Amino acid sequence: MKLPIYLDNHATTRMDPRVFETIRPYFLEVFGNAASRNHSFGWEAEEATDKARKQIADLIGATPKEIVFTSGATESNNLAIKGVAEMYAERGNHIITAVTEHKAVLDTCKHLEKRGLRITYLPVGQDGLVDLDQLRDAITDKTILVSIMYANNEIGVIQPVAEIGRIAKEKGVLFHSDAVQAVGKIPVNVISDNIDIMSLTGHKIYGPKGCGALYVRRRNPRVQLTAQMDGGGHERGMRSGTLNVPGIVGLGAACELCGREMAEESVRLRGLRDYLKGRLMNELDEVYVNGSLEHRLPHNLNISFAYVEGESLLMGINDIAVSSGSACTSATLEPSYILKALGAGDDLAHSSIRFGLGRFTTKEEIDYAADKVVQVVRKLRELSPLYEMAKEGVDLSKVVWAAH
Amino acid sequence: MAYSNKVLDHYNHPRNVGSLDKADRNVGTGMVGAPECGDVMKLQVKVDPETGVIEDAKFKTFGCGSAIASSSLATEWLRGKTVDQALEIKNTDIVNELSLPPVKIHCSVLAEDAIKAAISDYKKKQQSAVPAETALV
Repeated sequence: MKLPIYLDNHATTRMDPRVFETIRPYFLEVFGNAASRNHSFGWEAEEATDKARKQIADLIGATPKEIVFTSGATESNNLAIKGVAEMYAERGNHIITAVTEHKAVLDTCKHLEKRGLRITYLPVGQDGLVDLDQLRDAITDKTILVSIMYANNEIGVIQPVAEIGRIAKEKGVLFHSDAVQAVGKIPVNVISDNIDIMSLTGHKIYGPKGCGALYVRRRNPRVQLTAQMDGGGHERGMRSGTLNVPGIVGLGAACELCGREMAEESVRLRGLRDYLKGRLMNELDEVYVNGSLEHRLPHNLNISFAYVEGESLLMGINDIAVSSGSACTSATLEPSYILKALGAGDDLAHSSIRFGLGRFTTKEEIDYAADKVVQVVRKLRELSPLYEMAKEGVDLSKVVWAAH
Repeated sequence: MAYSNKVLDHYNHPRNVGSLDKADRNVGTGMVGAPECGDVMKLQVKVDPETGVIEDAKFKTFGCGSAIASSSLATEWLRGKTVDQALEIKNTDIVNELSLPPVKIHCSVLAEDAIKAAISDYKKKQQSAVPAETALV
């Protein structure tokens, strides 16, 4: 086993060597511009991107023409939301999203809010799920878009996407879903999930960074987006710019592998995840899983170790790469807004660790991680005045703290 | 974030972890911070009432590595100092000793606050616990 161990697969994934081998020739040999119409260099490049379009479309139940290539999910989310806001400005000015969305969605919405659009940020329950009745009630005749993620990047909670899509359809509102964490990991189908626009990216599915896609429905309804990048009119005019052929080839190859291996891989990762959870919960007291366990990605575990601060825990397990919702690990010095939205209390947000398992995770690594986490949590609890007080029977929620 | 060697040393080998008897009139306890802010420090001193010298200091901290190191260092510095000398410890001394980056300065502030709170608790106890013979007068 090699240290450090990588368990941060929601942040990014290691490229699958098979994907890498597929990409390799597209740097040195097949280097043409896919938009060059009059020589074989261009034709070969276009053929490669067409193949990738089909590989991506096949994974998500779309058609190749509905795939628009972008630089990644942040751009996809920007294009989807701003593109709809501009294109459908005459129809309405209201967008509905949720408080637990990724910043690429939230900040895009905030940007539009400053420009006069009205945004509704739906709350989530303790399980991390949006309430469908609240969604229904939030839709007005001015609503043009609902944007709700497929699965959450921190807590792995899977939203009731098909139902959300059905409600949007009933009301004649477009539905965009940021599906970066779900695509390739669990079955995603834009038809049965009633999705009109969907963001995905290569580097979360063992493909390259810097290449993503936006699914844009062509029929029933035909979705139009105002381009956010002007230029040569590539990608049906929705996203100008020379295609990143190696990236696109890699994204396509990554999608094909996921499609082929997802069923088996998700069972294996769920087994490892449940094993990790079982060990942590059996060997330590006062450990809490954040968000729904039932509606959750198979490779995600987000867990709080009460009375232990997340960054100090990360320091102790520095040969295991994971993330924490602790304020000390974020640039803003605020604890995770996603965990806060669950209403779990800031103290548990500070104590959280996100484990993201992946294709290359082994049982041996999970055992090592479990051993190490248990050992460090015990050590830090010996150091924790909160743990001591809790053991003495003090109700910490009733203590008046000298906040600073 | 890269930690200084001194922070790592205190994190890996914290000095003077533990608790002193809160009820002891020669023990001062300071508890500062709040769980929802991500750090709580408990710092205790045991003072020789004759000499005013701190003979023991203990801490427990819920917080990041820099918070643990700041309080661990504080207990090291407190031992052997008089109560008045202890009050002269400034957060900037801790920042310099541990090479804390700007985002971690609040950890040193918290440690200074914890020292002040512990000493003030000790002083309060000394004043209120009036010796028996004077009480009779």
